[in-house]
Amino acid sequence: MAHLLEIVGINKSFGATQVLKTCTLAVDPSETLVVIGPSGSGKSTLLRCVNLLETVDSGDIFFAGENITRARRTAHLLRRQIGMVFQNFELFAHLSAAENVMLAPVKILGMSRADAHDIAVDLLRKVQIPEKADAFPDELSGGQQQRVAIARALAMRPKLMLYDEPTSALDPEMIREVLDVMAALSAEGMTSIVVTHEMGFAKRAADRIVFMESGEIIESAPSDQFFGGTVNDRARRFLDQILH
Amino acid sequence: MSIELVLKYLTSPNFLRGAEMTLLLTIASLIFGVLIGLALALIQESQTRIGTVVTLTYLWLFRGTPVLFQIIFIYNVLPSFGIRLSAFVCAVLALSLNEGAYMAEILRSGLQAVKKGQRTAGLALGMTRTEMMRYVVIPQAARIVLPPIGNQMIGMLKLSALVSVIAVEELLLVANQTASADFRYFEALTAAGIYYLAMTTAFMGLQILLETVLDPKKRQRMRRLSLTERMLGTSKALAVR
Repeated sequence: MAHLLEIVGINKSFGATQVLKTCTLAVDPSETLVVIGPSGSGKSTLLRCVNLLETVDSGDIFFAGENITRARRTAHLLRRQIGMVFQNFELFAHLSAAENVMLAPVKILGMSRADAHDIAVDLLRKVQIPEKADAFPDELSGGQQQRVAIARALAMRPKLMLYDEPTSALDPEMIREVLDVMAALSAEGMTSIVVTHEMGFAKRAADRIVFMESGEIIESAPSDQFFGGTVNDRARRFLDQILH
Repeated sequence: MSIELVLKYLTSPNFLRGAEMTLLLTIASLIFGVLIGLALALIQESQTRIGTVVTLTYLWLFRGTPVLFQIIFIYNVLPSFGIRLSAFVCAVLALSLNEGAYMAEILRSGLQAVKKGQRTAGLALGMTRTEMMRYVVIPQAARIVLPPIGNQMIGMLKLSALVSVIAVEELLLVANQTASADFRYFEALTAAGIYYLAMTTAFMGLQILLETVLDPKKRQRMRRLSLTERMLGTSKALAVR
């Protein structure tokens, strides 16, 4: 099966600090990849390189068979096919939940407001908050905001979803509702890359676990194998730390 | 003091024309001022070296010299370069150029107040930079800059009195001429003062209206009402939330 995303030997530095060191990774359609590792290990940067929010210094990135690494001028077209969810939700503060979901389809795909509204209602139902369609971001809890943010990304019918620590800014009681939505999407076959510290989610929803440290991909293994014990020493130490 | 004379001045065609001229000067200069300011703010936003140099030079020139100086300079110096403009055009030009410098700083602060994450979210959805500015940043910045722009609107109304020095027949010049012709300073200036207060009051009302329109929650409430009305075919529905 052809890879949906293939990252080949990418390097990225910010000033003198090299944050990604020859990272290589492939993601197949319908696969859910969970990226774990200590803070500062380059997980978020890796994610941001995938949709060209950061440009790599060297190496190649292929999406749906196409080399997108240096497609800076058409980056916006690529990003329409890749949804992204952020740690701090980043819902547009001046728009209601439904309008947040509708904005991109209406303004950049030229969809009619009525059609976009139908899609928004469907997606808000899918993320379990149809009743909040008219609420503004500051009237929603963190968990609700993050679910709207997922709906907003889904409105563009992405082929790939990127989650950048989606539950790190949430109160503990709200983490579950967001992870449930993500797990349901993965189960439906949405190809996803998830940067998270939620090991429960990794065990439940991931097909494969990628462990990063100091900008390197140390380990990339099927989920059961990774948690089954045959892991690399550094990954084992990290797991011991975060599982207390 | 004669109240009748104040009323007579208030309703006289001269004063009315003067007030009209003041209003016209103010509105024209504000519109061009906002456009210049927006251009400068967006240039600074793009963070190119040449853009920064251009905008900083502009701000340095137009904030660094008195408006009165700029008005007199434009009116008296441009003709020697063969550029002949009417006093009114010179007045609008000087006031707009000056206003642009202040507007640029206000708009820049508004654009900067919209956090980077909001921009990233717009880009991640597949917007171009222009779309991101238009649909994500500017609508949010507009709300933030409204109170200081309200200040500028009222400030401009009063600043417009300065162009009387280049003989633009605005309110203060009319009042002063009338006063010295009739030797009734108190009445003539009172009439002008009433016009100024009436116009600034209207501007304050406009600011409140704009703040309501740009507040998404208030706007939604208004829209929801009208939608309900349409669906029910009645105008009696109340916006109860």
